[in-house]
Amino acid sequence: MSEHTVKGYDRDLEALDRQISEMGGLAEKMLSDAMDALSTFDLTLAQQVVTTDHRLDVLQREIEEAAILTIARRQPLAVDLRECIGAIRISGDLERVGDLAKNIARRTTKLVDEARTLRAIIGLKSMHDLAAMQLKEVLDAYAQRDADRARAVWLNDADLDALEDSVFRDLLTFMMEDPRNISFCTHLLFCSKNLERIGDHTTNIAETIVYLVTGESMPTERPKTRCFGQAPEKS
Amino acid sequence: MNVASIVKAELPTKISVQDLDFFYGENHALKNISMPLHTNRVTAFIGPSGCGKSTLLRVLNRMYDLYPRQRAEGEVLLDGENILDPRVDVNLLRSRIGMVFQKPTPFPMTIYENIAFGVRLYEKLSNSELDGRVEQALRGAALWNEVKDQLQSSGLGLSGGQQQRLCIARSVAVQPDVILFDEPCSALDPISTAKIEELMDELATQYTIAIVTHNMQQAVRVSDFTAFMYLGELVEFAETDAVFTTPKEKRTQDYITGRFG
Repeated sequence: MSEHTVKGYDRDLEALDRQISEMGGLAEKMLSDAMDALSTFDLTLAQQVVTTDHRLDVLQREIEEAAILTIARRQPLAVDLRECIGAIRISGDLERVGDLAKNIARRTTKLVDEARTLRAIIGLKSMHDLAAMQLKEVLDAYAQRDADRARAVWLNDADLDALEDSVFRDLLTFMMEDPRNISFCTHLLFCSKNLERIGDHTTNIAETIVYLVTGESMPTERPKTRCFGQAPEKS
Repeated sequence: MNVASIVKAELPTKISVQDLDFFYGENHALKNISMPLHTNRVTAFIGPSGCGKSTLLRVLNRMYDLYPRQRAEGEVLLDGENILDPRVDVNLLRSRIGMVFQKPTPFPMTIYENIAFGVRLYEKLSNSELDGRVEQALRGAALWNEVKDQLQSSGLGLSGGQQQRLCIARSVAVQPDVILFDEPCSALDPISTAKIEELMDELATQYTIAIVTHNMQQAVRVSDFTAFMYLGELVEFAETDAVFTTPKEKRTQDYITGRFG
């Protein structure tokens, strides 16, 4: 993209881009730290995640303000307008990703006293790995303004949903095997829901990127999200 | 570009420009322009200085006829009739296609006469009918309430924004089909600009409107369709919402986002 005649306009948009990248990096780190804290019962690390979330909230506000100021100051049109709106939307989704990671981290404190059936966490780790990979992909797609890559992320969210289903069934089995697992596994169930939600926000970001780059909206129908207990669709 | 694909079938066309070329002597100022002006819609012409947008506007009511060595080729159909045909009565044409200029151009007459003058050229009205027409025109231009008690004072005594609305009233008074605006707000303050824009919304319910503007935001606000012109060519013509959010042509995008040159 060629430069604006007014250089300050380019600087405004570059600043938005940079701040989104910073938020993305923080959200990624919070997610992986939250999962590490959970699986190793590391309370210090869990506390760090909670602290970092504050920084993420501040960044989101800064991005919103900067985008609104840019709209007021430059009256952006076409791709520039989509950049500003995109920054507002993406920062909102990243802030939510941070909140969800924080929720996972917070559960660590409750799990410490209840730790049982550690193999129950394995499925959750797979979910985390997939969610983290999706998040990384979508942030790369944003950095490169790559609509195709964003579309791929959008489609892959179905895998995360499928994985959540299987985690749900596993946890249910553990609970039926031994009722003493119930409390522990219920906490993990909430964590799996958090990871699935992170996937949804990642999908939102992918949609925003496609809009930002092409000006076209993705179909309203998102990749199939199955409900608990519902049989997987036959392919 | 394929004009047929972008002309909405359901929208009637007031003016249809077809394969229009225009020359200032040797200078080829408009190159093969084809586009519609839809009935009761506002069409904005945007583009950098010298792109031909004002020229195109001047062709639409044959303003260029006033100057030697200026000629147009192609067709401009007003309700199916080619207005470039030399047999067309230019005075009658200009009563059907009015024009408002960048700088307000009131005649050095009373407010009343500014409006009645044009009407008398085309119609024989009784005094009371003429009074009615003047009031109607001033109301139509959202000026009546401000000047109804001073109709006999000079039009030159009005503020710039009022003068511009007086010119709009003058255009409206002869009951045209089309009103052409050539940067009507560039000499006005934001409040007068807002009044003119508000007026344009209303006028569009009765007239077909074309506006040349350098103010991109104004084009977004007032128009239904936008034509982006560059170096005498029509680069892109589409619904305004599409042009300003997802332009198809890179040159359009560069221009409206301020990346030109």
